[in-house]
Amino acid sequence: MDHETCVEIESDADMVAARAAGRALAERLGFSRTDGTLIATAISEVARNILVHAGCGEILLHDVHERDRHGIVVVARDCGPGIQSVELALQDGWGSSGGLGLGLPGARRLMDEFTIESVPGDGTTVTMKKWRARDPLERLRREREQREQVWA
Amino acid sequence: MPILKQGDYLIASIQSALSDSEVLELRDDLAERVGQFRARGIVVDVTALDVIDSFAARALRTIGSTAKLRGAETVLVGIQPDVAMAMVQFELDLQPLHTALDLEEGLAVLRRTARGGDDDGP
Repeated sequence: MDHETCVEIESDADMVAARAAGRALAERLGFSRTDGTLIATAISEVARNILVHAGCGEILLHDVHERDRHGIVVVARDCGPGIQSVELALQDGWGSSGGLGLGLPGARRLMDEFTIESVPGDGTTVTMKKWRARDPLERLRREREQREQVWA
Repeated sequence: MPILKQGDYLIASIQSALSDSEVLELRDDLAERVGQFRARGIVVDVTALDVIDSFAARALRTIGSTAKLRGAETVLVGIQPDVAMAMVQFELDLQPLHTALDLEEGLAVLRRTARGGDDDGP
């Protein structure tokens, strides 16, 4: 993990900052502009969820690297009342925030991985990931670096 | 946010990423100005919007429906390709809004609609 950013979410202006931070990190990690927008849109939804259901919280962004892929991880944390039924929250049309309940299901469709952990009375954590494959050149370079390290 | 009047039309150009409250301000401003300027059409230029999420989409749809009740058509112009892709993947739609590529096309859509000609959208 080389990059880590935390954006406190206390007002709707912070949502704009969180979107921008997500887009900037996605760009640094080599994601396409479209992927950056998908990520920023998903961040917007989970940030709004924090504001509407808990009032405040934070969004943590960091990178993750595996042999064949790079990923961006978005963790949205609040200490609000928690979600009674996570399953229900992920159904289209659920929710009371004035967004027609499309927020979380939509965010899930935009990302590759999406999990919600919620303890009634003790807040909600949404973790989302998006991956991009390492391109072949990048992979070769990395493998060579690793070989050189072994020989060194 | 600047809302310009050009003939029978109002043109609202969003200049930067908007917070939810700014989106609602735009919605309310436009609903009011339609009557004030007796506008027949509205063009909302969203070129500068960084994302259109569920909240923004709903507010934009409301702009269109409210204006329609007040006798004006609304065209959304300048949706960026990446924003369009995100909206499709999100499964958001913008009915009953008309959409067009840019301001020029948007004004053309309004003129066609005013003539009762073919309706480009939604």
